[in-house]
Amino acid sequence: MNQNHLSFGRRQFLQTTALAAATAGLGLYDASPASAQAAPKRGGNFTFAISAETPHYDAHGSDTFATLHFGAPFYSTLLQFNLADYPKVKGDLAASWDVAADLMTYTFKLTPNVTFHDGTALTSADVKATYDRMRNPPTGVVSTRQATFIDIDAIETPDPLTVVFKMKNPNPAMLEHFASPWNWIYAAKDLAANPNGPRTAINGTGPFRFGEHVRGSHITGARNDKYFRQGRPYLDGFRGVFMTQPAAMMNALQGGQVLAEFRGISPAERDRLVQVMGDRVRIEESSWTLNLMVVFNTEKKPFDDVRVRRALHLAIDRRAGAQGLARTATLRDAGGLIRPGSPFAMKDEDLLKVPGFGRDIAAARNEARRLLREAGVPNLTFVLHNRNLAQPYTPAGIFLVDQWRQIGVNVEHRQSETSPYLAGMSSGNFDVAVDFSNLFMDEPSLALAKYLSFNKAPENRSRAIDAEMDRLYAAQSRERDFQKRFDLIRQFEKRALDQAYQVPLLWWHRIVPTHRTVMGWQMSPSHNLGQDLADVWLNT
Amino acid sequence: MAGAVSQPNVTYAAPKRRSALAMFCLAQPLGAVSGVAILIMLFGGVFADFVAPYDPLTIDFGAMLAPPSWEHWMGTDAFGRDIFSRVIYGARTALTIGFFASLFGCVSGAMIGVASAYFGGRVDMVVQRFIDVMLSFPIIVLALVVVAMLGRNLLGGIDINLVFAIAIPIVPKVARVVRSAALSIREMPYIDAARAAGFGHMRIILRHMVPNVAAPFLIMFTAFIAQAILLEASLSFLGLGVTEPTPAWGLMLSGNASDFYREAPWMILFPGLAISVAVFAFNLFGDSLRDWLDPKFKV
Repeated sequence: MNQNHLSFGRRQFLQTTALAAATAGLGLYDASPASAQAAPKRGGNFTFAISAETPHYDAHGSDTFATLHFGAPFYSTLLQFNLADYPKVKGDLAASWDVAADLMTYTFKLTPNVTFHDGTALTSADVKATYDRMRNPPTGVVSTRQATFIDIDAIETPDPLTVVFKMKNPNPAMLEHFASPWNWIYAAKDLAANPNGPRTAINGTGPFRFGEHVRGSHITGARNDKYFRQGRPYLDGFRGVFMTQPAAMMNALQGGQVLAEFRGISPAERDRLVQVMGDRVRIEESSWTLNLMVVFNTEKKPFDDVRVRRALHLAIDRRAGAQGLARTATLRDAGGLIRPGSPFAMKDEDLLKVPGFGRDIAAARNEARRLLREAGVPNLTFVLHNRNLAQPYTPAGIFLVDQWRQIGVNVEHRQSETSPYLAGMSSGNFDVAVDFSNLFMDEPSLALAKYLSFNKAPENRSRAIDAEMDRLYAAQSRERDFQKRFDLIRQFEKRALDQAYQVPLLWWHRIVPTHRTVMGWQMSPSHNLGQDLADVWLNT
Repeated sequence: MAGAVSQPNVTYAAPKRRSALAMFCLAQPLGAVSGVAILIMLFGGVFADFVAPYDPLTIDFGAMLAPPSWEHWMGTDAFGRDIFSRVIYGARTALTIGFFASLFGCVSGAMIGVASAYFGGRVDMVVQRFIDVMLSFPIIVLALVVVAMLGRNLLGGIDINLVFAIAIPIVPKVARVVRSAALSIREMPYIDAARAAGFGHMRIILRHMVPNVAAPFLIMFTAFIAQAILLEASLSFLGLGVTEPTPAWGLMLSGNASDFYREAPWMILFPGLAISVAVFAFNLFGDSLRDWLDPKFKV
């Protein structure tokens, strides 16, 4: 990698995101993290819990961890985040790379002799086909990565092991986007045969080969003996068990039927595990690049009316919620569109002045009632569409119902399994929903992409079209001066909160339990990262 | 000479006629006690808005996990919600779902059972084999399948599909019992007379057979309310019944309760007690009603 070609913008980006990682407050209850240095042992089958089941197998069209925890061991990406030195990146399929000084060209050299699980050799054509699918999906294919790769102009493949990305505009965070855990590399021939094939079939270059998927039960994988990284993986295989009931998962963790759960558990569950298991369990904590949000379907009345959306936004006492829910749920911080404490986040003193985030909730609720009367819906009734995961969706739903009842709004709380929950939001079949912004780094272009117009970002479940927000997004993503970019992000944030198509609720706090025998896994502020299990081994 | 026989001046008072309710209470004291418990639950459920000291949905983070006190008789849960108020409102949920599920299951089962007995022959054979299949499933498994298939369908705050899911496993049990009672009624001369008079099947079934299976029907109806309450609590506990924040006893035992039952045992104690009392009361009342109505038990 040519370090000299790094621009000031990219350096600054790295510095700020490194600071963010530090402020993420990675914490341990245990002095020996799962990533601790020790001589790895080979063999063994690793069983872990997955607290939701993926609706399909295609990471390009997914934004739920359930897809990554299910399928990451089967796939590779061009780059990966180096979790030992987060947020720096390291090569995965890319053996080396070069970034032009003007950030307009990215050249990757692929690791030779990599094969897909079906025996096909990996070439640059596979990488091109994969990225073309993400940035410009064929009809019928859903890509929630379109906005991320909007700046790519062309992809060239001068030889089978070289891929060149030509940019339309410089993007200081582009290299980190290439390390996104969602960018699984698919075989070009598979995509040519059926562009939607990855939704139902698995053929990757990852450390494990697909074993079986039994719906409602488990996913298994067996070691890929032809994996391109020497000596990896250590495990013979893995078994991911779907456990949507927290009580069952806690019992399985205590009893050793599962050895880890990588998404995160609640503070109460943590305390219970520590009390019961003592030093047999390892607890690692971090702030979380994950934000729970409330999304209004702007194609449905009365949520097409900004007054109604603003009223519902104003009625939520986030300060009290953050304090109260932190004890029982994985929710922790009140914040704006960017994770609190990260470099581009709004400062808390400024956030207090923003309607909906201040301390005077009585005044905010009076204003909310006035807006509802003005909109002609003083006794509004609607269904809150929510996911049936205990953490933190159920507590969030209970909290929201209570908050809206206090301004006279009657809400029916309806929770669904992950698949119908996501399908309902994607098809626009909801009034108001609890949505999530699932990030893997503190990069504003990533965090704000969800707020882009629906025709640019299908993951914007409000289905709103707002040209002004699109303009501000583009401007901030190309701005290389920190302060100017910071100011542009504030403008974007103000517009987002004024229009309230979708508004942040609370940011999460990650607590991961693993048995002490689980080694080689790295904690990070994102549950999307480090889930290919290539470095995991069992110290039994 | 026959002496005059003096007649003693005796007045015969007509025997004191006790009301049926008083006679039931005297004959079945346990049934009477359980009836009072049911009435209290019914009163609490119907007048919950006036009886409950707090709104069952209102969150009070300042009172999270508060132990039982004069302010909160049964303590508070992980959201600071008053458990006493939620138990009272939970009675409304339990009784409404229990009553309608039992009513639907028992009425459907009785109709099927009587019709099966009345028509006999192939109809009876086919219906009974189908009922055999239904009976081979454990009641909770059948309810789980039905609720998973139907999803949710709220009407006036009550999940109609949940009522169906609980009612369907009741149908074959009632049908089998009612059929056995109806088989003997079918052989009665008045049924033959009705046939001879040219009455239609529907009239014979509804006007001459159904009233004669009222006693077992009533007994099963009350007993199955208890089963339905238990089933609703079980389904809610498993996350397939009513959803948060609706106050429901089974739901109060799941979710955060499993995290905090050590430091706040009142979170599971009182809803659990409510379920036990309700099920016990309805079962006892049903048993007493059977003893009271069934002539065989009066010998």
